[in-house]
Amino acid sequence: MKPAPFTLHRPRTLAAALELLAELGPDAKVLAGGQSLVPVLNMRLAAPAHLVDITALPDVDRVESSGAGVTVGALATHRAVEHDAGAHEHQPLLRQALTHVAHPAIRNRGTVVGSLAHADPNGEMPMILALTEGHVRAVSSRGEREIPAAELFVGPLETCLEPDEILVSATFGAAGAGARTGFDELARRSGDYALAGVGMVLATDGDGAAETITGLSAGFVSVTDLPERLVLDEHVAGTPTAEAREVAEAVAAAVREHIDPIDDIHATADYRRHLAGVIARRTFTRLARTNDRPRTQEAHA
Amino acid sequence: MSSEPTSTVRLSVNGVDRTVDVPDRQLLSDALRHTLGLTGTHVGCEHGVCGACTVQLDGRPVRSCLMFAASAEGHEITTVEGLGNGPDDPGPVQQAFIDCHGLQCGFCTPGFVTTIDAYVRENPDPSEEEAREAISGNLCRCTGYQNIVRSVCRAAELVPEREEDA
Repeated sequence: MKPAPFTLHRPRTLAAALELLAELGPDAKVLAGGQSLVPVLNMRLAAPAHLVDITALPDVDRVESSGAGVTVGALATHRAVEHDAGAHEHQPLLRQALTHVAHPAIRNRGTVVGSLAHADPNGEMPMILALTEGHVRAVSSRGEREIPAAELFVGPLETCLEPDEILVSATFGAAGAGARTGFDELARRSGDYALAGVGMVLATDGDGAAETITGLSAGFVSVTDLPERLVLDEHVAGTPTAEAREVAEAVAAAVREHIDPIDDIHATADYRRHLAGVIARRTFTRLARTNDRPRTQEAHA
Repeated sequence: MSSEPTSTVRLSVNGVDRTVDVPDRQLLSDALRHTLGLTGTHVGCEHGVCGACTVQLDGRPVRSCLMFAASAEGHEITTVEGLGNGPDDPGPVQQAFIDCHGLQCGFCTPGFVTTIDAYVRENPDPSEEEAREAISGNLCRCTGYQNIVRSVCRAAELVPEREEDA
């Protein structure tokens, strides 16, 4: 048997799940799709005494999209969000990044909200939540609270969630009118964790041939401790999109300056820093020059 | 371990309703192999990387090593045994692997067959590039993948043919 022994609970209602978590305290972990938690258990990097499997809970797999954002229920799989037309229309970063999350068989089972609770700075979903200034809804038997992305993530693999709380949904901010989004990353093999990845939101005044950039923000995968949103307006605002190339190196330099990659067996910190700069420059220039197809333009290498 | 927590799980495996008593910590892959004797599902890395243990959960490929048997309550599982009738009557994806020489040692093959069976039903006319992407989550150390990519495209021909015949 791979994991250490535990008792698996499979409650049928949210109230029952919350009651169990309140009773079991820090000895329990919430299990949803399990695509991050089960490997951790199989390698015995964690040995909780109880698992509260929430996959039998009703009505928490919805994906609802509007101009206000994309709200994803706790059991919505990566696949469901990737293929959701409304989610793609209102926040294209989701599909753009989800195609890089592991492999189809993992995305069939893994959940977007579970990825947020896992809070891996090498993961795409935490970065998208931070970049779109989203929030999550956490519920416990004590009540419920809304937590902004900037407060949710407190360290690598660490959130501000209490042991008795369940994340019941996450809301990603919508890409506003005139915003274009892009995501790209580089990994050793398809589906591996990225050596470096960059998501971007570019805003313009939408003024046809004379179009001018009004803002730029970026988020990073695998090169920062925490998922976060970096505002790059000062380097690009006021530049016509047709002349974006002239400020692209300033964008790349600001990214290299900001991030804090580490050395590991896959790459040196210097190499990751270089890659992040290259991906940032390419993604920015690609977004800037696609002014005939605003918003839903995909920026892939 | 007499205190090992266990659960009684009802699930459907290859169209047959089964009720099994399993330790709570037993992976679905181990329940299929050890408890149900379905050793067609192979176990490689046991942390979701290699794809050898892929089965279909309600028709969609998932890693059976990244799921507990107790979490499969009420679900339909299809293993490689459910996608053919043995050596004399292989299923369409198995036949595609035979036609294209898509295997050598065969260890990874059950995971490819379950993955590809679901994939060609969703994408009946894959390009070679799409075929590569479809199998990107399955590792093979023998073939170099060329013949597996061909097998995906061949399976896309055979699956609808078999269904018309049926």
